[in-house]
Amino acid sequence: MSAGTPAPEWRDQVFETLQHNRIEQVVYVPDAGHSRLIARAHAEPGMRAYPLSTEEEGVAAVCGAWLGGQRSVLLMQSSGVGNCVNMLSLMSNCRFPLVTLVTMRGEWAEFNPWQVPMGRGTPGAFELMGVQVRRVDDAAVAADEVQAAIDDAYGADQAIAVLFSQRLLGRKKWER
Amino acid sequence: MSNTTADMARPAGLDRRETVRALLADRKDLLVVTGLGSSTYDVAAAGDHDLNFYLWGAMGGAAMIGLGLALAQPDRPVLVITGDGEQLMGLGALATIGAQRPANLGIVVLDNGHYGETGMQRSHTALGVDLIGVAKACGFAWTETVERADQIEHLRMRIARRDGLGFANVRIAANDPPRVLPSRDGVEIKNRFRRALGFSTI
Repeated sequence: MSAGTPAPEWRDQVFETLQHNRIEQVVYVPDAGHSRLIARAHAEPGMRAYPLSTEEEGVAAVCGAWLGGQRSVLLMQSSGVGNCVNMLSLMSNCRFPLVTLVTMRGEWAEFNPWQVPMGRGTPGAFELMGVQVRRVDDAAVAADEVQAAIDDAYGADQAIAVLFSQRLLGRKKWER
Repeated sequence: MSNTTADMARPAGLDRRETVRALLADRKDLLVVTGLGSSTYDVAAAGDHDLNFYLWGAMGGAAMIGLGLALAQPDRPVLVITGDGEQLMGLGALATIGAQRPANLGIVVLDNGHYGETGMQRSHTALGVDLIGVAKACGFAWTETVERADQIEHLRMRIARRDGLGFANVRIAANDPPRVLPSRDGVEIKNRFRRALGFSTI
C-alpha cells in the first residue's frame, strides 16, 4: 500500500473475504450496519444477493444453495435471530454449513428499548440450536474472524454466527 | 357461509399419490425438495431417488430451500412439492421467490385444505385463502389450479422445460394414505444429494 492511502475499511475487508472464498449467494434482511456489504454484493457479478422477508427464509436458502454446490452467507441484525430458531434444526439434523454475520443492537449506546430483549437473547438463541457464536469488537480482526467462520463452516462442517458488536458499528444517529 | 358449507363446496379432489407419481414420471435431471409430512411420504412412494431432499421438519422452509437450489443449479429444473399447511407457514417466501423469479423453479402445493399430519384440522385454504392469488400477486410467471388428472402432464412438462417461475395448486382429496417413509437421516439425504450432483460431502 502506498503512503497516504487510507487503510481499507473493515467492511470492505469483510466483503473481500467473502469474494476470495467463493461465496456465491448473499441473503439478507437489511441492516444499516450491513449496508456497504449488501451494496457491494449486489455489484459483484459472481454473487447473487437477495433480500428475505424474514430471517428464517435465509437459513433454508443457505441449505438449498449448499445442496446445489454453492457457498453462501446470511446477513441479519440481532432482532432477527429469534426468528430462525426452528429453521436452524436443518443445521443440527443435516449438518449443513452456515455462516451468518449479525449486526448487534440493544447492547451499547442503544436508544430504542425494543432492540434490547432480542439483542440480549441473541447468543443464547443461537447456542440453543447448536450454532457457535463469535463476537467481534475490534475492526482490525473482523475480516479474519469471517475467514475463520468460513473455514469452520465449509472446512469443518459447522454452523457459525459472527456477531459484530454495536460498539464496532458505532452509534446510530437518531436526530435528523 | 359456514365452514362446513365451504368444505362441502370443494370438489372431491385428486388422489395425492397418483398425482405425485405422474408429476415425477420420467424425471431426468429434475431436483426435488419435499415439505414435511404427507408430501414427503408421497414423493417417497413414487420411488426413492438420490436427488430428492426430504424434509421431516423445518416447516415453512421447503420453498426457500428450492430457491437456494434453483439459483445454484440454473440448468436443472427444481420442483418443490409441499402441502398447503407447510406453504402457509412460509407465505413470505413466495414474496422472496417472486422477487427473484428463477425460471427453473416450480412450486406445487398439494392442497387438501387440511393439516393431515396432525388430525385433519382445517387449514386457511379451506377457509377461503387463495394461494394462487398470493403467487400471482408475488409475480410468479405462471400459476395453475389443477383439479383434473389430465392437467398433470402439462404441469410436468412446464416444470421440465424450465418455463419460468411457476406455482401450481393441486386440489387433492383430504385422505391419509398408508405412510411410505423415506430415510429421516438428514446428513445422509443431504450428502447423497450432493454426491449425485458431483459435489464432495464436505
